[in-house]
Order: sequence, then C-alpha cells, then structure tokens
Amino acid sequence: MAAIEMQPPRLSVGPIAWLKKNLFSTWYNVLLTFLALGLLYALLKPALQWALTEARWGVIEANLTLFMIGQYPREQLWRVWLTIYMLGGMIGLSWGIWKEAARGFALIALGAGLAFIVIGLLLNSNVWINWLIADAVLLAFYALGRILPQRGASIATLGWLLYFPLIFLLVAGTRFIPWLPPVNTNQWGGLLLTLMLTIVGNIGALPLGVLLALGRRSKLPILRYFSIGYIELIRGVPLVTVLFMANLLVPLFLPVNLRPPDAVIRVMIGFIMFEAAYQAENVRGGLQAINRGQYEAAQALGLSGALTMSLIVLPQALRAVIPALFNSFISLFKDTSLVAIIGLFDILRIARSVLAQSDWLGTHREVFLFAFIIYWGFNLAFTYGSRRLEEAMGVGKR
Amino acid sequence: MQITAFWRNVRFLQALGQVVFVLMLALAAGFLYANVSTNLARQGLTVGYDFLTNPASFDIGESYISYEASNSYGRAILVGLVNTLVVSALGIVLTTFVGVIAGIARLSSNWLISRIAAAYVGVIRNTPLIIQLMFWYFGIILQLPAVKEAVALPGPIFLTRRGLYLPGFEATPAFDAWKIYIWVALASLIVIWLIFRWIQNRYDLPPPLWWYSAYLFLPILILWVGFMLQPEPPLKEMIPELAGLNFRGGLRLTPEFAALLFGLVVYTGSFIAEIVRAGIQAISRGQVEAARSLGLTTAQTLRLIIFPQALRVIIPPMTSQYLNLAKNSSLAIAIGYPDLFSIANTVINQTGAVIEVIVIIMLSYLSMSLFTSLLMNIYNSRVRLVER
Repeated sequence: MAAIEMQPPRLSVGPIAWLKKNLFSTWYNVLLTFLALGLLYALLKPALQWALTEARWGVIEANLTLFMIGQYPREQLWRVWLTIYMLGGMIGLSWGIWKEAARGFALIALGAGLAFIVIGLLLNSNVWINWLIADAVLLAFYALGRILPQRGASIATLGWLLYFPLIFLLVAGTRFIPWLPPVNTNQWGGLLLTLMLTIVGNIGALPLGVLLALGRRSKLPILRYFSIGYIELIRGVPLVTVLFMANLLVPLFLPVNLRPPDAVIRVMIGFIMFEAAYQAENVRGGLQAINRGQYEAAQALGLSGALTMSLIVLPQALRAVIPALFNSFISLFKDTSLVAIIGLFDILRIARSVLAQSDWLGTHREVFLFAFIIYWGFNLAFTYGSRRLEEAMGVGKR
Repeated sequence: MQITAFWRNVRFLQALGQVVFVLMLALAAGFLYANVSTNLARQGLTVGYDFLTNPASFDIGESYISYEASNSYGRAILVGLVNTLVVSALGIVLTTFVGVIAGIARLSSNWLISRIAAAYVGVIRNTPLIIQLMFWYFGIILQLPAVKEAVALPGPIFLTRRGLYLPGFEATPAFDAWKIYIWVALASLIVIWLIFRWIQNRYDLPPPLWWYSAYLFLPILILWVGFMLQPEPPLKEMIPELAGLNFRGGLRLTPEFAALLFGLVVYTGSFIAEIVRAGIQAISRGQVEAARSLGLTTAQTLRLIIFPQALRVIIPPMTSQYLNLAKNSSLAIAIGYPDLFSIANTVINQTGAVIEVIVIIMLSYLSMSLFTSLLMNIYNSRVRLVER
C-alpha cells in the first residue's frame, strides 16, 4: 500500500524543527530573533567580561557576616542559628504531617541548606556545619511528623503559632533570662533585620487588616467611613512617608514620661499600619467571594452574627486570599529595604556602609548585584513553595 | 404586638456600638493631642504654617520653576512638587510603552523573545526598586565616561557621568507670533469634533469617512497660512555638540533624573507587562479563532478584536500601577533627585516643623492619587462593557 511507503513529514521533531518553529517561523520572527541575539550579545558580553575579570567579588566574601546579621553581637550568634534550626524543624514537621502542602517549602529549604553547605566548604568557612545541622534537624522532624498520631496537625499548627513569638524572643533576648541577654534592636542588621521586619509587619498587620475589612463592609456608617478613610489614606501615600511619620511622630504621640521605643520598633509600627490597609483590601476581596447562601445557611442554623463571621465566613475568606497574602509577604519583603532611608541597617544600608570601607571603594555593582541575588533568590524560593502549597490546598479550585 | 427589650433591639445596639466607637476614637485623639502638645511645648516648638514664608536658604539641584535660595520654604516645596509631577508624568507615558511591549513580547510565538521578556519581568519584579535605583545611579550612570569620552548613540544621544544629552527643540524669537496660529489650529480641531458629534446625534449616523480628513486638513491649512505670514518657524532643533569641556545645545537630563526615570520606567514596566499579558490571555480563544475565520490578519486581530476587549481587564490594575509609580518617585531621596519628599525632608531638618510638613506631603500625594484615579475612572467608564 502506498500509504505505508510514505515518509514521515520532514522536520516535525528534532532540534532543527524546533528552531524553525520557535525562532524562524515567519520573516519577522527571523528578524526579531536576530535582533534579540544582537541585543543579548551587546549586553551580555561586556557584563560577563566584567563579572569574570574586573569585578572584585572579594568584597562580598569579606563582609558576608555583616550582610547577614549586621552588628548583631558575634558571641550571641548561636541564637540566630537556633532560629534557623527551629525553622528547619518546623518545616520538616509540617512536611511529615501535611505532606504535599509543605513539600515545596521543605524541598526548597533542604536544597538551600545543601547549597550553603557547598558554599561554606568552598569558602573554607565553618558555617557548613551549621547548615548540616539545620538539614539534619529538618529530616529528623520529617520522620517524627510521619510517625506522629492523628494529633499531628494541631501540634504543628501550635508549633507555628509559637514559632514567631519565640524567634522574636530569642533574637531580642530579655532581662529575665540570664543566658539570653537583651540585644538592643539597633544592633540588628542585614538580612536578619530585613526578615524580622517582614515577619513582624505581616503577622502584626493581619488581625488589623481583618478588622478593617470587616469595618469596611459593616452596615454601621461610622465604622464603615472610618475604615474607608484609613484604608484610602494609607493606600494613597507612599510607604516611605508612612515610615517617616512613624519614625518622627510616634515619639511625639507617646506620653512624656514614657521612653520612646527604638527606631526598629517605630518602623515596625509603621509597617504594620501600612500593611494593614493593603491586607484589609485583600481580605475584603475574600469576603466578597463568599456566597450569600453561606450567610443564610449559618443564620438558618441559628448562629449569631459573630459566630457566623468567625466560624463560617472568615475561614473561607482567608483561605481564598492565601495567594494574595503570600504576594503581600513578598512585596513587604522587598519594601523593607526602604528602612535604609530612615537609617536602619538593613541589607541596603549595610551595602552602603560596605561601599564606604576604604578597601572596597567603587564596588557598587558587586555589592548591589549581591543584594539583588539575595532578594531575588529568596522571592523565587518563596514563590515556588507558596505555589505548591496553594496547589495542594486547592485554593481557587473549588 | 411584641415589644423587644431595648438591649435586644438590633437598631439600638447598632447605634450604641457606633457611639462607643466614636467615644473611643475621641478619647484616643484627645490622649494623642495632649501628648503631642506637651511634647512640643517641652521642645519649645509651636505648630503653625508661618515658617512657609521664611527664606529657605538652601539650593535645589534642578527645578522647572524659577527658584533661588532666598525664596521661601513654600516655594521650595512647590519646586519639589513640580519635580515629582514631571518625573511621574514622563514615567507613566514611557512605562506604558515598555510594559505593553514587554507584555506582548511575553506572549510572542518567538521563543527567544518571550524568554527575554520573562527574564526581565522575573528579575525586576522580585527585587526592591530602591536597590535598582541605586544600581542604575551609582553602578551605571556615575560609572559612565567623562564628558570628553562620552558614549555616542545615534540621535545623537550622548551618555556621560555628568548627565544625558539628547536632541530637542527650543523656541525661536518668532514663537510668540506663532502662538495665535497654534491656538487657532487647536481650536479648529475641537470645533470639528463638536460638529461631528452634533451630526452624529442629530441624524443618528456617523459622518462619511472622508469627512475625517478635516481633522488633518484644517490644522495644516491654518499652520500653512501662518507660515505664509510668519516665515520664521516657531521651533528650532537643538543638537547637542561637544564644545570645550561640556556639551552645548540639546536637552540635558541630570544623572539623578535619568536614573530615577529609567528605574521607575523599568520597574513599573515589568508589572504592567504582567497586567497586559493577563489581560490578553483573559480573552477567550474563541474570539481569536472567530477573527481568524473572518479572514482578519494577526495584526488586525490584535488591534480590532483582542485589544479593545483586553483593555477592560487591563485598565483598573493599570491605574494602580500608575499610582504606584507616582508614589514610588518618593524614593528619589535615595539618589538625590530633589522631589517633593526629599525637599520636604530638608525643610523638616531645617525648621523642625515635623507635623506640618508631613501633613503637606501626605495631602500632596493623596490629591495626586485621587486625581489620577478620577481620570482613569472616567476613561474606564468609557471603555467599559455596555451591557444590554
């Protein structure tokens, strides 16, 4: 039969067919491809040449600890490591218990730990031991999570609820525990400060945001207009002015005999005030997505207004806005770099101070690129983990 | 008739709740007010806007309205506001182009182009703007060669660490005489538009297509008459050229302005690219297939079918990106461009008028935000889907 003799159509598979289909399908695609190649060559060649020959990457290696923790007392460093081990433990435990949902974060954390072990070995630094411990703790708690009885989920939830206050206590220290001496917040710095600001800003803003969202949808006009006014005012002005205001005005607003809080605490207040307005809008979106039938069904069951809210509506609404909350986590993480303007030693301000060291004058590109890599890598990892979590939870699917 | 006890009456409870809320707000406000006044009294400060008329006695790097150090604080703040408005307005226009092009490129069938667009969006969106601004300013623009060895691009555009030099136009002495013709030409456009609209409403049909050539023809006619009566042109091209130690002629963008504008445009463009992509992908495939089966070309499909529909999805998030750009221009303080926030900061440091200046800053940004969203809402209501 003739049909059997026919050759397969040419060039439907293989690299050349791929090139033809994806790069040279029409005359203008050919043109675009060559333009793009020329552009890439013109940009990447000098960039690579600079990165491999001219750049003085030693500036990063020499100041790595400064970038990570700023002026945090070096003899108290174990407290920072302990927060990382605890994070590893919590992630491992969640992985063991919730499996799919936490797997993204767990794989990222494991991979990051391995990468840091390799980097530590390459740089001849002892930190690889710490990362090895962190990864080991993660795996141990994963095993623990697997064998835990059904109570596991509530244990892990409780663990996460305790985790954030606990790391704050651990990093800040207290007068009441002799082996945990207080570390003044103006010694916090680098990535440590950035992460603390992000965590406190997000977690502190969530309850306020929920209240503002409920206020904005309330039937009581005064409550509603107050919420609208607050949300629109904060959303209408730049974050840096809110931080500025918190920094300068909080001391003025406090009673005379009260010692004004440190700059870090003032800035945290600013972040919470700012973030609350944005999270209120996120939560409002979730509230609007709840079907009227849910309210009516709750009423028919005889639930009061408060119970309807807390048992029926808010759990569903918050679940629906998980992606938006993760997004605001990332955008707040980026926004913390604005505290450098107020004068706090976050990654950016540390970068500026490193640039002022006489050994490393003129290394702007190296230092800023390193800061980019920190932010970019962290955001990429976080986005990956949160997307896996959303998929496993089926957010937005039902 | 059943009488409910008043403590079970919903309306009573609601009213009570509001009264309690107002009382709490008033208490908090009173507490804060008392604290502020004692604190200010202890520091020997008074609240008031009298300082605005005092001489500022500091210099400002660049301004679009006349300013010198002997001018008042009020004038200085106004200079900052104008600087903010200029960079925001230019930024909004440019970032729209960058964002739309990147958004379309992201969906290109050309693998390389879509990968490049994806890399741009992925990197820029995930790093903080303020570090990007510092990178562009300290890492790129200030590292450019000196004026003598300027990087020359076609245009001619010259890149130096002292600033960017672009060709531009300047008014000739004849510009004043030309103003009348330009106004008449503009007025004629409005008159034609009004006439066409009247015809459309009166007879319920669009004017014939060739009438639209009047839009082009009439202004050209008027300008031509102007040219007959006033042979010298109103504008003269300015080409930057090296003269001694500096460039003469052309437009000069200061390094701070160039870095801020570039940084804002690149950053906001990456967000707009995602909005545009999502807007285009929101159009159902059936629309594209229907357009293709009607025989429209790819370009026609994009222009006539996809874009008008995507616009409805795109405009609301686009508005908030425009607002973000204007608000983000306050990061200018990090690289020394004298915008509203950075000048207000100087004023606070000099006068100690913290509360007053913060009120001015917040009101300025707030009114800018409200004005932009008003404009975009009007535009949005015009392109919105009209449901039957």
